This record gives sequence, C-alpha cells and structure tokens, in this order.
Amino acid sequence: MKKVKYRHSTSRLLLLGVAFFISFSVLGIAQEGASQESTGDGQEQTNESSGGSSEADTAASALGDPAAGKSLFNSLCAACHKPYSASIGPALHGVTERREMEWIYSWIKNSQELIASGDNQAVAIYEEYNQTAMPAFPQLSNADIDNILAYVEQPKPEPQAAQSSGASASGEASGGGVSVNVILGILVFVLVMLLAVLFLVNKTLRNFAKASGVVVPEKPKRKPIWKAFVENQFLVLVTAVFGLLFIGYFAYGFFMQVGVDKGYQPIQPIHYSHRIHAGENEIDCKYCHSSARTSKHAGIPSLNVCMNCHKTISEVAPETATAEYSKEFYDGEIAKLYDAVGWSPSEQAYTGEQEPVKWVRIHNLPDFAYFNHSQHVSVAGVQCQTCHGPIQEMEVVYQDAPLTMGWCINCHRETKVRMEGNEYYEKIHEELAKKYGVEEVTVAQMGGLECAKCHY
Amino acid sequence: MSSNKKYWKSVEELNENSSVVETLQQKEFAEEIPVDEFLGDKGSLESSKTSRRDFLKYVGFSTAAASLAACEGPVIKSIPYVVQPERIVPGVANYYASTIANGFDFASVLVKTREGRPIKIENNELAKSKGGVNARVHASVLSMYDANRVKRPMIDGRNVSWEEFDREVTGALDGVSGDIILLTQTFASPSTTKLINEFSEKYPNVRHVVYDIVSENDVLNAFQAKYGKRAMPNYDFSKAKTIVSVGADFLGDWQGGGYDSGYAKGRVPTNGEMSRHVQFESNMSLTGANADKRIPVTPSQQKAVLAALYGYISGGASTSNLPAKIDDAVVKAASQLRDAGNGAVVVSGIPDVNAQALVLAINEALGSAVMDVDNPRMTRQGDTEKVFQAIEDMKTGSVGAVLMAGVNPAYSLPNGEEFAEALAKVDVSLAFSMKPDETATLCKYVAAAPHYLESWGDVQYTTSDFGLIQPTIRPLFDTRQFQDCLLKWTNNNKSYQEYIKETWTGNIPSWIQALHDGVFKATSPVELGGAEVSETFNVATAASALGRPSEGTGLELTLYTKPSMGAGEQANNPWLQEMPDPLTRVSWDNYLTISESDAKALDLENINVSNGALNGSYANVIVDGTLVENVPVLIQPGQAKGSVGLALGYGKKKGMQKEMQVGVNAYPLYKKLNPVQSVTVEKATGMHEFACVQLHNTLMGRGDIIKETTLEVFNTKDVHVWNSVPEVSLDHVEKPVTSPEVDMWDGFDRSIGHHFNLSIDLNACTGCGACVIACHAENNVPVVGKTEVRRSRDMHWLRIDRYYSSGRTFTDDLEKKENISGLGNSLVEFAELEEPADNPMVVFQPVMCQHCNHAPCETVCPVAATSHGRQGQNQMIYNRCVGTRYCANNCPYKVRRFNWFSYVQNEEFDYHMNNDLGRMVINPDVTVRSRGVMEKCSMCIQITQKTILDAKREGRVIEDGEFRTACSSACDKGAMTFGDINNEGALIREKKQDDRMYHLLEYVGTKPNVMYQTKVRNTTEA
Repeated sequence: MKKVKYRHSTSRLLLLGVAFFISFSVLGIAQEGASQESTGDGQEQTNESSGGSSEADTAASALGDPAAGKSLFNSLCAACHKPYSASIGPALHGVTERREMEWIYSWIKNSQELIASGDNQAVAIYEEYNQTAMPAFPQLSNADIDNILAYVEQPKPEPQAAQSSGASASGEASGGGVSVNVILGILVFVLVMLLAVLFLVNKTLRNFAKASGVVVPEKPKRKPIWKAFVENQFLVLVTAVFGLLFIGYFAYGFFMQVGVDKGYQPIQPIHYSHRIHAGENEIDCKYCHSSARTSKHAGIPSLNVCMNCHKTISEVAPETATAEYSKEFYDGEIAKLYDAVGWSPSEQAYTGEQEPVKWVRIHNLPDFAYFNHSQHVSVAGVQCQTCHGPIQEMEVVYQDAPLTMGWCINCHRETKVRMEGNEYYEKIHEELAKKYGVEEVTVAQMGGLECAKCHY
Repeated sequence: MSSNKKYWKSVEELNENSSVVETLQQKEFAEEIPVDEFLGDKGSLESSKTSRRDFLKYVGFSTAAASLAACEGPVIKSIPYVVQPERIVPGVANYYASTIANGFDFASVLVKTREGRPIKIENNELAKSKGGVNARVHASVLSMYDANRVKRPMIDGRNVSWEEFDREVTGALDGVSGDIILLTQTFASPSTTKLINEFSEKYPNVRHVVYDIVSENDVLNAFQAKYGKRAMPNYDFSKAKTIVSVGADFLGDWQGGGYDSGYAKGRVPTNGEMSRHVQFESNMSLTGANADKRIPVTPSQQKAVLAALYGYISGGASTSNLPAKIDDAVVKAASQLRDAGNGAVVVSGIPDVNAQALVLAINEALGSAVMDVDNPRMTRQGDTEKVFQAIEDMKTGSVGAVLMAGVNPAYSLPNGEEFAEALAKVDVSLAFSMKPDETATLCKYVAAAPHYLESWGDVQYTTSDFGLIQPTIRPLFDTRQFQDCLLKWTNNNKSYQEYIKETWTGNIPSWIQALHDGVFKATSPVELGGAEVSETFNVATAASALGRPSEGTGLELTLYTKPSMGAGEQANNPWLQEMPDPLTRVSWDNYLTISESDAKALDLENINVSNGALNGSYANVIVDGTLVENVPVLIQPGQAKGSVGLALGYGKKKGMQKEMQVGVNAYPLYKKLNPVQSVTVEKATGMHEFACVQLHNTLMGRGDIIKETTLEVFNTKDVHVWNSVPEVSLDHVEKPVTSPEVDMWDGFDRSIGHHFNLSIDLNACTGCGACVIACHAENNVPVVGKTEVRRSRDMHWLRIDRYYSSGRTFTDDLEKKENISGLGNSLVEFAELEEPADNPMVVFQPVMCQHCNHAPCETVCPVAATSHGRQGQNQMIYNRCVGTRYCANNCPYKVRRFNWFSYVQNEEFDYHMNNDLGRMVINPDVTVRSRGVMEKCSMCIQITQKTILDAKREGRVIEDGEFRTACSSACDKGAMTFGDINNEGALIREKKQDDRMYHLLEYVGTKPNVMYQTKVRNTTEA
C-alpha cells in the first residue's frame, strides 16, 4: 500500500518536538516574522478590494450597477450562463456588442415569444443551443437587466492577480520554512565552531604544558565499566528484564499497528477536493454519498452525480486555487471527469465514450466485519465526521480513524442510542431503562457489543 | 406413544454387532487426523534431504516473510458506475418476480439481485399454489453462472456473430427440402405458440413436436380423451380428507410437481382432524415416506390395485387376484374414500392411459373437490408418438431441418444413438442450447441460449393462471433466446419483450402490474393444447384391462426422478449434486434401489466400511436387450419385493465439468418413454463407493429424537402420555427437566428485545430439501465434493435427517408376541417382527443449530469464538475461531461443520467458488469462511438484522411474520415458523405453547431455541 502521509507517526512527532523546542528558543525572532506576515496579508486585501471598486465604478457609469447586477446574475442566470464562457447558454460577456439593447430586453423578458415571432437572431440562437428554451423573466425591469449587463460586461479579471497572490502566499509559506532552516543552520554552525574552538584550546594547552614541562599525572587504570557491569549479575538481570520489556513493548506496538491504516492517503486518479466541495461550498455529504442513508455502503457517487453540477461548472473560481494547487490544476481535474463521463464541454453534449474511474479505496474493513452506514447515518444520526474526521478540510482524503475493533467498541460503549421519535425503540427503551436504571441507553446496553452484530 | 419406539437411520444400525455404528456413536470425527499422510512415514522422513535445521530455517524465513508481507495491505480499487441506474443502490437488494419454465420445472419465483446480479431464488408469495419452488428451482440461479455454457453462436464448431448466424440459418431454411421439425420442450407459453404459428406461416413445412423429457403422455391422452384438452387435471390437496395414491409420487415431480404445499396444509392436525394418506407404491418415494400407510406393491400389482379400487368404489365385488394383505388394504382404502365425501381423491402415476382414465373416472365418481378439471395444468404438452414419428421421418430422409429448443434428445431419448444417426441424415440441424451438450455437439448450428434469468417469456400454468418471465441481469454471454431468433427469422423487427406485451395488451388490466406480480389471471389469447373429445371412453373395459396384468417374470424397474436432480437439466449444478437424496441420503450418485430380500437372492450387498462410509455392489441392468453396466446397488428399506428403482437425470457427459459427471445414464432404459420396465439384474464385479450421509452425525445412541404419535392418541389421550417432558432426579425426586431448580446454569433474563425461535412441524415437513438449497445459497455454504462427503465432511448447515421405524411400537410388538398362537402362525409373525426394513415408516427431521440458551459448545471454546446473543442466536465468530473443534465434539446435535480445507479458489475443489463466474452467486452479506474454522447455522442473522434495521430506519414496530430465515421462507409447506418469542401475538408463541411442541434431547437441558412439533400419524382405519 502506498502510504503517502502518516499524520501522527513517531518520526513526525519527534520532528515537531525538535522544531517546537528550537522555535521556542528563538521565540523572539519568530514572533517578529509572524507579525510582519500578517500585516502583509492585510495590505493585500485592501489593495484588492479597492481595485475591484474602482473597476465597478467605471462599468456602472456605462450600463448600471454591477454590484446589484451580480446578485441578480447569481440568483437568476448563473444556472445556465457564465460571463466569459459558453455553458448551457452562451457566454454573456460582449452581448451588448453583439445585440441591440431592445432585442436583449425582449429576449430576456420572454424569449419564446421572440422566437415565435420569427425573429432571425432569436431562432438562430435557439437552434444553436439545441432548442433549450430559456425561461421568461417578466419580473425584470430594464434597469435590472442593465445592472446584469453591467456586471457581465466587466472585463475579465486578469488571472495574474490570483496567481501573484498565490505565488506570494507560497513564498510566505516557504519563507517561514527557510527562516527556521537558516536559524537551525546558524545554530549548528555555532556549535561546530564551539567544538572546534574547545578542541583547539585543549590542544594548545597541552602543547603549552609539554613545552613548559609540566607532567600531567597519569590516572590509575580503572576497571572498564562494561567489565564491572558484566560482573554485577544483579545489574545484568535487571537490564535484561528491562531490555525484554522494552523489546516486548515495541514489538507489541509494532504488531498492533499491522493492518491499521490510519493516515492512509493514497493518490486518487482524479484529484477530488473534499475541502472545496464539502468545506467551501458546504455541499451535504449525503448529496453525493446518497446511499449512506439507505445502504450499508456510503457509495462512491457515480459520475452522473458529479455532472449534476459540473455540467455547468467546468472551471474553478480563481479564489479556489491555493498555493499548492493552481486553478489550472483544478480545471485539469474537472477535464479528467469530463473525459471519464464522456462529456464534451465544447459541444455541451455527451459523446458516449465512457471510462469508469478507478478510485483507490481508503477505508477498508476486512470481509468478516459487517458495517452498515445507514444504521449509523440514518438511524443513529452520527455525523460523517465522527468517523471520517474533518473531511471538509481535507484536500486529499486520508483515513482519520484507526477503524480497529477497539475503536468501534469504545464508541458503542459510550454512545447513547438515539431513540426519540422512533417507534421501534419505544418498548425496548422502556424495558432497558428499567433494567439498567438509566434514562438513556448506550449501544452496548442494547446489545451492540455482541460478536455477531458485526461478524457473520 | 412416542418414547419406546426404535428409530434407525440405516439398516446397519439394526445389526447389534456392528462395530461401525459403535465407533460412530463414540466419536464425533470418524477418522483420525491423517498425520501420517502429510508427514509421511518414518522411512521417507529419514531419506528426505531436509534436515531439522533446514526445516527450522524455512519456518523462520517464512514467519519473517509473512509478518513483513502483512505490513502492506493490497491497494483496493473501487469503481462506481459512470451512470448509476436509478433503482440500483449498492448494498441494497432488489427483488423481481419471474418464472422458471425449463420444460420440467414451472414455478413463479422471486429473484433477489444485488448490484444487478441475481443471487437467490425465493418463493413468490403472490403466486398461490403455482408450481413448487423446489430445491432445483432454488438452485437454478447457480446454473446461470455455469462456466460450461455456450457463450456465443457457433456454426460447425466455429464461433460466429449473430448476423452471420442469422444469414446462414435463414439461407439454409429457405433452401430446405422436406419438413422442418421444431422439436421443443413444453413452453406452455401463449406468445411462443403464437410465434411458432407465425413461423409455420412463413415456412409451411414446419412441424412442431413437443417433447417432454419425462413424459406425462398417458395422463395427457386420458384427459384429452375425456375433456377435449391436452392438459393435466389440477389437484388441491389442502381440501383432501382421504388421499389414495397408487404409484403417484405427488410430493415429488409427478405431473409437474408442486403439490406438496397444499398437501402439507391438510396434514397438520387442526381441531383434531388431518388428512389420511394411503400409498401403494414400489419405490420408496418421498410421497410414500410421508404416507400414513404405505403398502409396497410392484408396478404390475399397482394396476390391479387401481382396478380393484375402482371396483370397490363403484360397488362391485372384489375381482382382483391380489395377495390378501394388499387386497385388504385396498378394501379399507376404498371405504375410507367413500367416507371422505368430496374430500376423497385418488391419484396414480401408472404410465398407462387406461389407468389415468380410470383415475379421472374414480375421482368423478367420488365427486372429488380435490381434482379440478376445469382449470387444468398446461405445463406438460409432450406427445410421445409424434416424437418417435419424427425420428422415423428423419431416418427416411424426408426431414430437411431439425430445430431443437430446450431439449437434449441425444442424451434423454432411450434411443439416443439412433437419434444421433438420424440427425446426421438431416441437412440443417440446429440446437438452441445453454450447454455444449450431447445434442448440441451433433448439430451444425448451435444457437447460444440464455438462462431463464436472462430471458423474457410468458407461461400458462393452468387455463386461467399465467406467469411472466423477465430478465434480472443483462445476458452474461452473447446469447439470444429461441423466441427472439424466430422473430428475426420471420422478419419481425420486434423484440420478444415487445411481442409478449403485444400479446397481452387488451387481455390484462395492467402490464406493469402483471410484470411486478409475476403472475396474473386471464384468459389466454392463444389456445394451447386444444383438441377434440374422442369417443366415449369405456371405463369398465379399462378397469378390466388393468385388472389382468401381464405377469412378467423378471424384476420390475420403475424409473423415477430425484428431488435434487429431476430430469437432469441442471446436472452441472454442484449444489444439487451435493444435496443428499431425502430417503437414501446419498449424494453425487444415482443407484439401483432394491429390496433386501431381492438383493440377497442376487448376491448384492451394501456394507459400511470402518469410517461409516457406504459401499455397494455393482449390477448390470438389462431391459429388452439394452444393457446399462455397473449400476451401483443400494438396498432400500421399503422397496417392494420384485421391484427395483433407478433415478433418471444422471450420467450426463457432454458440457459437464469432470467432477459432475457422476452416476449412470438411465435414459436408455426409458423405452417408449415408459418409466416401468421389466428388467434383468445381474451382479457385476467391484464395489461402488457411495457418498452417503446415512451414518454420519449419529446421535451418540440418544434415540429420543423423534416424537411421534397417532391421531387417535393425540385426540384422546393427555399430552403427558404422548409428549411428556423428560424427568431427572433431584434429591431422589423426579422433576421435569424444564423446571428451574434442576438447572445447573443461572438463566439470563431473555424477555427484553427480540428473542428468536424457530418451530419445525414434523407433520408439515415432506423432506423435499428446498430449505437445504436455500440455506446453501443464502449462507455461502461451500460444496466439498463426493470424496469429502464420503469422509463425513459435508458442510450443509441444515440437514434433513431421515429416520426409519418399524410400523409398530414396541408395545405393539410385545402384544403381538404374546398373542402368537401355534407354530405356523408364529413363524410368519416372528419373521415380520424381524424384518423392520421391509416396510418401515419414515420421519423427516430438519436439523440445524438448535441455538441452545445453555449451549454446550459455548462453554468449551478456549477462545470464546462462539457466544450467545441476547436475541437467542448462538453466534459463531469465524475470525476468532482457531479450529480446536471442541465445540463440535461437545454439540449433542452434531450441527457444527468444520472447514477442513479452503473451499474457495482452491483447484482441489473445483466447484462454483473456484471460478469468477460461479462466485457471482455469493451473498455479499455473509462471510466466506476460510480454512480451519468452524461454521454452522447462524439463524440467518444477516436477515434478522436487516429486518430490524429496516424497521429502525422507518421508525416502526416489527410485525409478526417479518422475521424470517432462508429456510423458513423457502418452506412453502409452512413446516418452519420463525419469529420473535417476545412479540405478543406472534405465531411462534402459539407454536411454543402447542401441545405438540418438544425440544430435541430435552433432558440434556440445553434449552434450545429451535423446537419441533410432534409428528402425528393418521392411522385410523375404516
């Protein structure tokens, strides 16, 4: 198994400890650096916002208020249109140059009427987009439409802004690393120098002594320490016992982690970011993993589920990009999805050439363990994060819990069964509450520790 | 009275000096662990170059290597659908109603599919008494995943595309001179009939010949003559009060089978009444085993019995020359029939049109409400004369083409070789076949046919009852069904699915509803089996013709079909091969059943070797000059003297895996498709090794397993007389074993939550074995093969024990001994006492893990791999088991099974679990066990857990009847009732309070959660 990252491995902890120690010793310097970084961020943000507002001012003078237009666009138009690229409908940027304003007004207010009237332009665009009817928006005033147009006619923001901010961010991040390394380097250098100086001083002193004839008295030869140790049988025994205990402890630790893949973080064929979907966009887990509600499997969503949204989302917003992953990278991953599902973004149609995605399974239970998602998700109402960790923060998913039997059992011992409003539990709750003299019954008290509840 | 009767499982047990029985009673495992076998003897050990040091090196290296290798798990890929079908949720089973109609079995089924692949067949409960979902039907899902199937169309053994095949075949058919014979199974399908008519319009020289492998020609002819329709009368045995069967195995495959569920309903004593069943037969059949009174008679005597019966019922005097004892039984049967009013019914399996006509006449005379001639069965249409005529025509060369569908005549015709020669004379020979079988290999064209789970179709069970076949999986191979081919060849662009829909549009209210239910009532838009009434049939002549049977000199052979193998359609199905015959308990074989006295006369013998395995002599069987060599002989208690029996459906060689090519082919003896033949049997050299579970799992000499009583005692005597709770001595006071103070154990409070109990009614159980196969399918029980079964290593979690007992109780025997007067009489009667094997009574008892509340197995497990759940289930944890087998040794019921080998992906056990295709049938909710662990019935905890989870998710209380196990839902006889004993008002509570209830070996004090209902026999004579 390819193990890309162990979050809590021993070596990592050690490194962290050393780093902590060192950073502690050079606290003053680090604090200074950190404060500089934070002020830098603040400045950039103000720059960005001021730049945006100045652009908006220029556009508003021409058509309307792009800020009002943006909210209208997002609520009414964004499902089918993008400002700068074709989607279900055409790209809207530049539409004021392509069409008459009056035509635009009548088209938006009722496109079907316009088509029915036999308007050439209208019919042509209707045919071009596979006779997909655009809903009528009679509620929009001309001023509203102007606002929307003002928004879409804003010049396409230069991607450099995002890139440069990304670059600077990464620079900052690596800058932090460099500074620590430099400090470490200096420290090591100083230590080496000290050692060298000590050695040289010692040598010089000896030379002086030799030259001045001072005889350093010979130390009486002592019994070597190892010999003394070997001769002391009690000490040997104690050491042996401790040695064996030590070995036993680590051997046990080693064997107990065999097959425990906590932290397993394989590289997936498509870089799917839960951080973007579940975290930033707050998509409910069960929107994609729908079978978690009804089945033992949470299920990897089929690609048609992805296409519910990604039919229109062919690229990520520039803000989505991070220091580690650029916008181009994410767009490339969406393109992989299109290849797999057989979607041609240019033609906005399925080609029929499908290539199933071979995901690498992260959470693997052995065959003899039965786990049912719906039991936990639907009946018990357990949050996905309880077992899967902060999935909404994971750029690349890793196994957060050890998934060992002890871990399962522990939770079953501690967790109270959610019984309210569930008729199934009424009778048994009454009886068990009486038997154990408790108001809330744990899973274990319900019999959730019995072997054959999970092994059959 | 129940307790003082002697039960025995094998003739061997009647031999008091048998060392084998003694050994088996003392030991759980008949054989020692074969240490020598894998270590080798001393000599070979010494000559070996591997020294002890080398050995230790290897051990050290392999341990280190294994532990290092264990650190890295494999990378597991998960591949979701690209576009997920709406109705498929991974991990959730879907059910579809469909119908099996393979020409032999017709039944409405429910197909359980997981992720789009069928994994289990279940009863369709919407279909009321439509054919039986028997063991073969349950096993049919595995036949689809058969690696030996024909995978694509072939011409002259060359793989071709369907386009090329269509081109070639239509070309050949257009250019054919002479008749085109369409030789098919019984489809009983209105749409297929319509389609064949259309095909005949295009090719006017088409002759459709229907061939039933196991013929019901005589009953069809008799019915046609009387009622003008080629059909079989339908019977509802639940209405029967008195059933007299003359050679009809109506709990088996007689006239299409499926009568057992109705029969069983009438067998459970309610309000002090149950049906009375008298059976005259030669082979010991399943039906005879369930009868209240069974009279062994030879086939020729059966005719006389039927004629005499007719005579007595119609008020005539006895004209038969039957032996007095048999005649007496006939007289009594006749008078009981008369008493039963319209609840009387006579059925017969005599292959004679006169006999079948007589049966119809008798039932009509009795005014039987059991027989239904207005809604007769359509599931057999074969016409024997036409089949043989077709072969004659083929021989003369007047036939230009033969198209065969659903049949394998080269194997199943008595004159198979003659057929092969005749087929060679036909220019165009085509077989629609699932297998490269005997016929398909002879044909020029082989059209790869799909399994019924991959096909569309409609079936007419009876005049007004219909079923639909729908596919439950996309065809696994490049196959196309017969009907789709005909549509193509008649230039019809419709698919068969559309064609069926069109047939029924306007005739049924809702196509979707019909498809959902799988069954519907309607009038057929296409007439099947129509014919005119022939001239009035003279019953009296028929009776007198029967009454004067031609006395054959030799033995009389009755060919029969086993509940497991049927006519042999699914001979390549390892589940069915391994299923023990209900009566002989032999798996993987067919054999000549013979009575003990005949065997002695012919010097044929059965012996049990030291480990309890059974060996039998070989015999050569000759019918009319046709010799079948080396048929193993099995001495069958209850076989009528002067008769022998042999099962059809075995000995298939083509298109079969090597391991499954077992048994002898009895079809060459099936002359004129008549199952009764006069034979000569000669002893042949050698002994055959049976894989018989007869002496396995003996109960350590604890005989009190079956409780049995008569209806009279049951109705009149107190329950303590016939079903007493055993007593044990506590402080020299006898106390019932159920009382708490005699218990060694502190009981747990089991009144909270669910507590599952299973009740098995010995009266309703016919021993058919459907539950055995259902358990196989549900729980991934491995197939171990013939040699392992012979070593007592069969893996069935659920076995159906068959016990023989002499027809009398011990008290009766004593009484008889006292009353013997005079020497002459005593010789006869002593002989009778000594021959319990002549005509034993039979009891079937399904035994699985009894889920004891005080389980002996749980206390002896050193690693706590078996423990008790609060829901009453005795849990077996495979991943915890280290294989000490202490539990099996300590189990008084012998229900634990040990995995001596890995039966999955092991070349040594080359059955379905050894190939990718066969493994598709594995139930994903149940662990596949590995080598070295114990396993046993789990009371289908995966099903009960699912039921509970469904209820929790829906937030509702579980109703009675929702809980079920694979066996309880497979049993359409109602012999198995499963439920929650803590649910007030549950049926299982009633069963537990029932007077008939008893636990197996109650005095052991195990407090099982499985209970049995005492067998009651209706021994009331007229």
